[in-house]
Amino acid sequence: MAYTVARPKLTFAEKAYLPAILTGLGITIRHFVNILSGRKKVTMQYPEEKWDKQLPAHYRGAPTLVTDEHGRERCVACQLCEFICPPRAITIHPGEIPEKDRWRKVEKFPQEFEIDMIRCIYCGLCEEVCPEQAIFLLKDYAITGLTRREMVHDKQKLYELGGVMTGLVNKWNDKK
Amino acid sequence: MTHLLILVLVSLAKTIGLIFLVILPMVSYTVYAERRVSAMIQDRVGPNRVGIFGLAQPIADALKLLLKEDFTPAHVNKFYYWLAPACAMAPSMMALAVIPFGSQLWGEPMVVANVSVGVLWVFAVSSLGVYGIVLAGWSSNSKYPFLGGIRSTSQMISYELSLALSVVPIFMICGTLNLSEIVKYQIDHGWLISPIWIKGISLFPPSINFQEIIQSIDILKIILWIPLFISFIVFTISMFAETNRLPFDLPEAETELVGGYHTEYSSMKFALFFLGEYAAMIVGSAVIITLFFGAWHVPFLPTTLHNPYTIWGIILGLIHITAFFVKVALLLFFFIWVRWTLPRFRYDQLMRLGWYFFIEIALVNVFLVAIILPFMRK
Repeated sequence: MAYTVARPKLTFAEKAYLPAILTGLGITIRHFVNILSGRKKVTMQYPEEKWDKQLPAHYRGAPTLVTDEHGRERCVACQLCEFICPPRAITIHPGEIPEKDRWRKVEKFPQEFEIDMIRCIYCGLCEEVCPEQAIFLLKDYAITGLTRREMVHDKQKLYELGGVMTGLVNKWNDKK
Repeated sequence: MTHLLILVLVSLAKTIGLIFLVILPMVSYTVYAERRVSAMIQDRVGPNRVGIFGLAQPIADALKLLLKEDFTPAHVNKFYYWLAPACAMAPSMMALAVIPFGSQLWGEPMVVANVSVGVLWVFAVSSLGVYGIVLAGWSSNSKYPFLGGIRSTSQMISYELSLALSVVPIFMICGTLNLSEIVKYQIDHGWLISPIWIKGISLFPPSINFQEIIQSIDILKIILWIPLFISFIVFTISMFAETNRLPFDLPEAETELVGGYHTEYSSMKFALFFLGEYAAMIVGSAVIITLFFGAWHVPFLPTTLHNPYTIWGIILGLIHITAFFVKVALLLFFFIWVRWTLPRFRYDQLMRLGWYFFIEIALVNVFLVAIILPFMRK
């Protein structure tokens, strides 16, 4: 059944528009003056001002590879991240660690490790799935390039971005 | 013969100086101001990258519009499609001719054409601006521009009447249609918008004449101020409708009609519409300034010197021109401020406001002034 919505009864002041218009003009000029005088600041001037410092610890930026305090690359080329990656951005070519190496018992290392940053969706599944604490999503968010090739981060670039991370579990130490 | 030549050359110099040195830059910077002020009202920043404070933005915009491909859609009526932008642009420029934008420079009055029809010319010419919109809407051969054109026509009919009627009291009081004469009246008797006018104070030379101050407070002028203020409000609101500004921008209503009458236009032809709209705004402000705010008159400054050819005379003339455009700029700010405050009127509300209220108010106002005036005559 159709029912009638009661129309609000307007006072004369409301019908005359003008008081409401003046109130509105007051509101807008207040905003104008506040922004003009700099009393209120809303916009961040992006390239000059950045919010890097305010980024939370759990921020998911570009995925990177890290080395530990022993200078060992932590990735053991298990390829779990490659398999879980939803957009299939990761490509790993595993290689064997030679006999004489100190970390011989690790057996494998990534010969090539590429992340296509055009494909990457910053979901963090690679970091979550990694059993070796080797891949981390750090706080770099401005990933740019002029060519598609440039947007594919190779191993060197990934370690460059990741750097050294201490305080990780060192399960491949000699003692263990 | 030489007399005529000098007249032609001086008029040409004034026209070119006014349009190319003042109005066109003012138009582009009004657009800039519109963007900055609207941004600040909405707690944003606005264009601030090109040049200092983004001041080169209008130049970049103009360049972009000039270099863009001048595209004509296949389905339009070519002749009228090309004619429309010019029709939108030219009237507002023509209306400028009779507006006194300064006192005098080198003894030459700063008005392009000092004709006695004055305000009638402004109304006649600026109402031609609607042809540009209607032609654009019709020749675009597309539904949204067409709706925009139709709306513009009916809006025009609703507002032209009250626009003209609302300023009739001014001509009754001043007894002339000539805008320069109206300005002169305002210099002698006070700006029409102010209820009291103190004649005794002058900064050059500094003097205060108390007797004149007391004499200049005239109770009839205060009474006369009431109808004048009403006519100011009606005229200003009608001017908003006339220049297609929000809250009456129904012909282009972006949210309903895509781009309204200029949906099918791009590049420089679109820019001409834009230019025409903002030039109409400036002309509208200039008319309001001339009729109610004493045009170029600065209170407490002398209006002429004994010898206008000296350096001081020229400086005074320049001050008067500056004063005029500062007043126009302030009113333009008001236009922008209102635009970013009010929502758009619905179509029937707009017609209702025009036909049911403003025409009646303006008519009653005329009678009110007619009743008061006989008591004013001394």
